[in-house]
Amino acid sequence: MPLPTDTDVSTPKYLRDKYAIVGVGETTYMRGSNMTTRALGTWALRNAAADAGIRTSDIDGMLSYSNNDSTPAPFMAGDIGARLDFYMDCIGGGSSTEALIGIAIGVMEAGLCTCVAIFRAMNGFSQVRIGGTGARSAAPIGGDMLHSRAYGWQSAGQMFSPTFMRYMYQHGTRPEQVAMVKVVHSEHASNNPKAYYKKRYTVDDVLSSRIICKPLHLLDCCVETDNATAIIVTRADRARDMRHTPALIRGIVGRCSKPRMDMHYQTGPIERVGAYYAKDILWPNAGVGPEDIDATGAYDAFTFTSMLQLEDYGFCKKGEGGEYVSSGITRLGGRRPNNTSGGHLCEGYTHGMNMVIENVRQLRHAADDSCPIGPDGKRQHTYDYREGGCRQVRAIEVTANLGWANPMTTSAMVMRRG
Amino acid sequence: MSIQANYLGMPLSIDELDQENLAYFAHCARHDFQLQKCDDCGLLRYPPTTGCPWCASPRATWTPVEGRGEVHSYVEVHHAIQPAFKAHTPYMVLLVDLDTQKGQPSETEALRVVGNLTTPDGALAPPDLVRQIGIGTRVRMVFSDVADALSLPQWTIDGAALQPTRPWRYPQE
Repeated sequence: MPLPTDTDVSTPKYLRDKYAIVGVGETTYMRGSNMTTRALGTWALRNAAADAGIRTSDIDGMLSYSNNDSTPAPFMAGDIGARLDFYMDCIGGGSSTEALIGIAIGVMEAGLCTCVAIFRAMNGFSQVRIGGTGARSAAPIGGDMLHSRAYGWQSAGQMFSPTFMRYMYQHGTRPEQVAMVKVVHSEHASNNPKAYYKKRYTVDDVLSSRIICKPLHLLDCCVETDNATAIIVTRADRARDMRHTPALIRGIVGRCSKPRMDMHYQTGPIERVGAYYAKDILWPNAGVGPEDIDATGAYDAFTFTSMLQLEDYGFCKKGEGGEYVSSGITRLGGRRPNNTSGGHLCEGYTHGMNMVIENVRQLRHAADDSCPIGPDGKRQHTYDYREGGCRQVRAIEVTANLGWANPMTTSAMVMRRG
Repeated sequence: MSIQANYLGMPLSIDELDQENLAYFAHCARHDFQLQKCDDCGLLRYPPTTGCPWCASPRATWTPVEGRGEVHSYVEVHHAIQPAFKAHTPYMVLLVDLDTQKGQPSETEALRVVGNLTTPDGALAPPDLVRQIGIGTRVRMVFSDVADALSLPQWTIDGAALQPTRPWRYPQE
């Protein structure tokens, strides 16, 4: 959809579209990588540089995030022959991707460096299990954690579920509506040769899978995988010399949060998520609104997280999330497809990176599906979305990524085709 | 003094520097539920913190609070992550709105106190009890005794209270 006239805003207009994502790369999505996060990370970084058409030594800034389950930037930089003018490794999981892109823009704007690589490397299946099982589940419990883990309230699913339950109670959302998130993302994944799970699922499959913790069935939960992902951000004027059509960054909101950050359940409504606050930063910064967005990447750690964020960022009215995600709007071929790669529920778990990578490829009109590559080297998209087919969104111009850390904290980003 | 204890096979500890949690659990050990009441704005808060979330005052006084309220939301765990809980599934983690200070300082706020659903003597509830509980159930506080200086506040059905005819539960049993 064409962009509307600028309305207003908190980001100085000159920053809109001034920076772009020019390279994206990932490893294979695996279970049992049989390598270190250092090896995974450098693999993804090399792929991202090659994708941008730059040398790895052109990278002079590096950002990463982890929960102490990765390898810091200096080791990655050494392995790819990059001398850095700036780097920062921070703690964080979901919602970090968009926030770090915002930081990358800030440090380049401040003149600290010129080309930033952001990576997330993790053995989320074979080392530090994302679901919290293994060593993490048996760690001693101290201090503030006595108010959560001592009650068997520890994993992401367990911690988020009171939000999901209260939402269903408040709005009458039905389990079969929520299950459609998995159904739709699995359809998308079936057209993604990289996806760890390519099987298409039905609503019955989701509802008959075993309960992990109510209201979450096994198939409401994302996959745990080993992988690394990387993206390269630089100024848009440099981007024009690179290999691909740049994905211009319109606006960002980073780790915006609900009140009572020590325990967000103390304030309410508890079924409201961080997006309620973040939307008022994201849309003015980007100069567009939900109606201008052609495709979304709404973080799907669980089926519910996509639904709640789409709702509180304003893609539908309050309480209508269940209808929105089960209406066909979010499906390839629908008005506004969500997570066209299959997302965390199917493609692989990356703490948000793969949904940004997917939207960058979508904006290039170069989704890496099974469509044939023509004599010009470009994919000849068929727009036939049946199983094993195309997953390119037709004539896509503007995307939104909606990142989730927990019900309290979110980051988001709007990009447009350069 | 720091506290080291063992609960269901899980090591629990409170560092000697963590004065807020030491005080909170010392009261709990006497089956006396107390929260910090801000000396400046007068609001109670949960869980223990070093400053008032509403007015930022560092001054507060431990104050007895009645352990009664209503289930605001819950999670019912069927697949335990922590080894300690594997023998106790399904178990419930309840988020309970205390009657005290409900709707203050704004209408969507409450002292929402976490705890498991337990029997009146503080043991994790059996499955038939779990099935009776949902949003709206009236509960009262009991304690699980862990060590001399450490008890965990928990929730059990309030037999004396008027209960909703059907508390709201997730539609699929």
